[in-house]
Amino acid sequence: MNLYYVSSFIISIMAASTPLLLAASGELITEKSGVLNLGVEGMMLIGAIAGFATAHTTGNAYAGVLVAALAGALISMVFAVLTLSLLANQIATGLALTIFGHGFAALLGAGYVGIAAPTLGKLPIPLLSAIPFFGPIFFDQNILIYVSFAAVIAIAWFLRRTHAGLILRAVGDSHDAAHAMGYPVIRIRYAATAFGGAMAGIAGAYLSLYYSPLWSQDLAAGRGWIALALVVFSAWRPFWLLAGAYLFGGITYLSLYLQGLGVPFPSPLISALPYIGTVIVLVLISRDSRRIRLNQPACLGKYFHAVA
Amino acid sequence: MDMQSAPSATPLLALRGIVKQFPGCLANDHVDLTVGANEIHALLGENGAGKSTLVKIIYGVMKPDAGSISWAGAPVTIASPAHARALGIGMVFQHFSLFEALTVAENIALGLNNPADRAGLTERIVEISTRYGLPLDPARAVHDLSVGERQRIEIVRCLLQNPKLLIMDEPTSVLTPQEVQKLFTTLRRLASEGCSILYISHKLEEIRALCERATIMRLGRVVAHCTPAEKTARELAELMISAKLKTQDFAHRIGHGAPPRLVLDRLTIRSNQQFGTDLKDISFSVAPGEILGIAGIAGNGQSELMDALSGEIPAGSPKNIMLDGVPIGHEGPRARRRRGCGFLPEERNGHGAVGPMTLAENGFLSAHVRGALDRLGLINRKRTRDFAAGVIKGFDVRTTGPEAEARSLSGGNLQKFLVGREVLQQPGVLVISQPTWGVDAGAAAAIYEALVALAEAGTAIVLISQDLDEILLLCDKIAVIAAGRVSPPMPVKQASIEQIGLLMGGGEAMEAAHAVPA
Amino acid sequence: MQFRLEPRGERSIFWVYGSPVLAILLTILTMGAMFAVMGAPPLVALETFLISPLTSVTGLSSLAVRAAPLIMIGVGLAFCYRANVWNIGGDGQFTLGALAGGGLALFCPTEAFWWFYPAVLLAGVLGGMVWAGIVALLKLRFNANEILTSLMLVYIAQLILVWLVTGPWRDPQGFGFPQSAMFGADATTPNFGATSVHLGCLLAPLLALAIWQIIGRSVLGFQLRVVGQAPRAARYAGFSNAKLTWIALLVSGGLSGLAGIIEVTGPIGQLTTGITPGYGFTAVIVAFLGRLHPVGVIFAALLLALSYLGGDAAQINLNLPNAITGIFQGVLLFYLLGADILILYRFRRLRPAIAITQAAE
Repeated sequence: MNLYYVSSFIISIMAASTPLLLAASGELITEKSGVLNLGVEGMMLIGAIAGFATAHTTGNAYAGVLVAALAGALISMVFAVLTLSLLANQIATGLALTIFGHGFAALLGAGYVGIAAPTLGKLPIPLLSAIPFFGPIFFDQNILIYVSFAAVIAIAWFLRRTHAGLILRAVGDSHDAAHAMGYPVIRIRYAATAFGGAMAGIAGAYLSLYYSPLWSQDLAAGRGWIALALVVFSAWRPFWLLAGAYLFGGITYLSLYLQGLGVPFPSPLISALPYIGTVIVLVLISRDSRRIRLNQPACLGKYFHAVA
Repeated sequence: MDMQSAPSATPLLALRGIVKQFPGCLANDHVDLTVGANEIHALLGENGAGKSTLVKIIYGVMKPDAGSISWAGAPVTIASPAHARALGIGMVFQHFSLFEALTVAENIALGLNNPADRAGLTERIVEISTRYGLPLDPARAVHDLSVGERQRIEIVRCLLQNPKLLIMDEPTSVLTPQEVQKLFTTLRRLASEGCSILYISHKLEEIRALCERATIMRLGRVVAHCTPAEKTARELAELMISAKLKTQDFAHRIGHGAPPRLVLDRLTIRSNQQFGTDLKDISFSVAPGEILGIAGIAGNGQSELMDALSGEIPAGSPKNIMLDGVPIGHEGPRARRRRGCGFLPEERNGHGAVGPMTLAENGFLSAHVRGALDRLGLINRKRTRDFAAGVIKGFDVRTTGPEAEARSLSGGNLQKFLVGREVLQQPGVLVISQPTWGVDAGAAAAIYEALVALAEAGTAIVLISQDLDEILLLCDKIAVIAAGRVSPPMPVKQASIEQIGLLMGGGEAMEAAHAVPA
Repeated sequence: MQFRLEPRGERSIFWVYGSPVLAILLTILTMGAMFAVMGAPPLVALETFLISPLTSVTGLSSLAVRAAPLIMIGVGLAFCYRANVWNIGGDGQFTLGALAGGGLALFCPTEAFWWFYPAVLLAGVLGGMVWAGIVALLKLRFNANEILTSLMLVYIAQLILVWLVTGPWRDPQGFGFPQSAMFGADATTPNFGATSVHLGCLLAPLLALAIWQIIGRSVLGFQLRVVGQAPRAARYAGFSNAKLTWIALLVSGGLSGLAGIIEVTGPIGQLTTGITPGYGFTAVIVAFLGRLHPVGVIFAALLLALSYLGGDAAQINLNLPNAITGIFQGVLLFYLLGADILILYRFRRLRPAIAITQAAE
């Protein structure tokens, strides 16, 4: 088999996996602090349109990425205020965020349908990108692919090796004990939610400024929900997240590839592969309830109301 | 009353005249306590004696309403736990606040906010833990550790801050006998090296073995200061428990020799709670008209026993529980209710009753099985309301009516309603846990009368309670539950306080009675 | 100036009814501000959005038509959420209902059996039930989270629909459009007179009332409520969590399926790729806004149906993008979730003297 085909195969999978990895990384931190934010899809869409609009207006795709991160973080604050300060039900609020995000992004994007915007170009790393086979795969990509790898490594290091990461994990494990020790549980959760929002926004920008690269209302196509399933699949561990994202990216790419090949199987059903895959993975993971219980932040989704 | 040790030595900690009042309860009534240097001092008393309140005051969690505290001879106000720690007071709580998913080292590191304190933490943990005979592997996750090992984390966490006084709250209720011995060795060593121990417990033999001095509390007051080694366990128990005679006097029923209605035969169950207690080999029987009391300190398997009897946890084999000779071990609560059993668990809120629902609906919760309160799948509103109204009237429940929400009632009134709900169904067997917990004296008296009347009408009653007075008052027979085992029931008239106290404390009598080949 | 949330100790009846009203008022204000920002005069835009659809008979009939599926799905979801089962897959169950009933309608010989139409409806109900049943099976047998599974099934259902409508079920006389043949006369939901109001508009509130009675008066409804509010008390009473989960999902799935088959045999008249503009998700808002009470659901559905019509009207008359419908719905839910805290808590300004001496438990 021609090495060129293999490497382009790998590159295509990377492209499909990256938005999942970006969004799921953010949600992993949010959930580690004990907050279940189901609004990832909505935040991705808002990031996507914010980034697209900015890139179109300023002519600079990187500015778009920055604004997308900010937009995602900002909209996640609506969720944070409702659930952390006003003690609203996290599930309902997350759904509201998705529905609102969908509508708001559609509103903002109404004028941008069918319009082109500057996209993210490749940023080859000097020397390393010249390595045969591995060079083009790992060192000649757009910035967000580098960011996605850096995010996984940074998150893993943060959680395992820093005192701040330890505090975050403690807050998600037992908010009452953390509060008794004097840690500001609510503030930490606000920060974790904002980070999740920013990453979801960046994932959206990746879609609208590279992968798609146009804007449309259905740009996310359920990737936000798949990212949520990924966090469960990874048992809240960053390197498993990487594996999971690439598994799903692979399935997504496989479905596109099969359709392109003209395989005699209905195309819409092939497109359903990632979603069917998600269900199967969820079932396999959840069966082992002990593993989930061991790794799931014990306070995930629970109300925290400090008594003095 | 014996007084303190050598008058020339300045006591490490001296409390004088401490008063703490809560609404409706005087938790500490002019309490004096003195702990000397190098001393292991016991604070002895039953649940509700006021020990936890006193200790929370010492650790800075609460402030006394009156009284003085002096530390190393100087008067002091302890403003917060951080202040207490700075003074050199460490506390190991009965219920640990540990983070399950984190390792030993991480748990300890979380209490230390100064990065300098965390330097070399792993090595220091190993050093201190081995030095004091409490070996800990810093890299292990807490959820993998036994309860005894978890306690070591709490102790080592305190020791890292070089305390001069270590307060231990009921430390051995979660330890095996071997772990208890290891702990004692550690504590003696600590005391000799300059860290005094304030040891809170109700376990008489341990206190006699370990502690030099003791302060005994009952109902908020200090009833004695003494040297435990000079007293027998019986004398200590009498000081601690001294059952008061209540004005009610229930003549105990004489058994008519009728065959037992409820028989437990070697019931063994895994607990379904995270920190639960497994039940082991429980056997007892209850005859009609008899009230069997199951006494014990909280956390020794009472709620698991309640769940097993009500059917919420299925028994290992159907024959483990027999009702009138029929094996019901695998039947659920509704089936058991159909056979005429009634149950009332200790937790009103969310278990025995649903707070946001009305009294009528809460009545339906239990009574629907035999009460003909529904027809063709629809709730018969009138009959349900009437049932609840009957309970309200018959048991003097102060409330606006059957449509009142359960959570709007006071604790005593809701408990009266729930007891009434079960009693009015005229069960053949009633299992009730903590019937007067959180209930005022008037409501408690009414509940006692109802239970006795039920027994006189022929119901077999199992009464699980942490209140020994209550059991001695109402019950014909008494058994003690400790660490998931139940002692053979004995008639109350023949039971001695000393014996009961020893059984509650998990003395050798218990292990001997249940010696099972490994 | 610091605020503190203090528990009231009991539900404030005033705020139980007041918080949706407050939420609606705040939403209207926010929409007004949004219209102003978009360059449309706020009062005119609000009038177009909220009032104008109600001013004509056509408008009112459209309102009824839009509200019918929202009521049906919403009531099913309210039933389900009361048992603490978070079915988010209403859209998928709607689609499967449409497919099951629609398939029957397309492929059975169209002779005038009087029971053909009811059979088609029943097939729709069963289709929705099967799709929700998958969620129940996965949850009870494999412990899989029902939010994620029901959601994934929405996407899968939509893709099955697309496949069938562009492939095997495509109308051979349809000029290649992705749609099925029109349903025959005896598989069409009847209308009332010349209006577009159809049978579903009558059926939906009747079903809501039936569910209301079931929740409030039946033993089953009682069991459901206990399981949702106090699972331990449900165990104490001997109620089976598994059985109630199945019932919750099957009922809500069946109702969504019914909504789906009525929608395609009624207003749409055939199967196409776009049979739902997200009714399943809007119905989630309807369920919350209606406080999980079937009567509340009816009112909430009418309000949200109005938002669909308003969005269309604003698009036609004021050139505003009809995404404002989604925004209205999302904002309304946000405000409702926020205002709901007033039911159980009150705000107290923190005065410095009091702040410190709170005795720990």
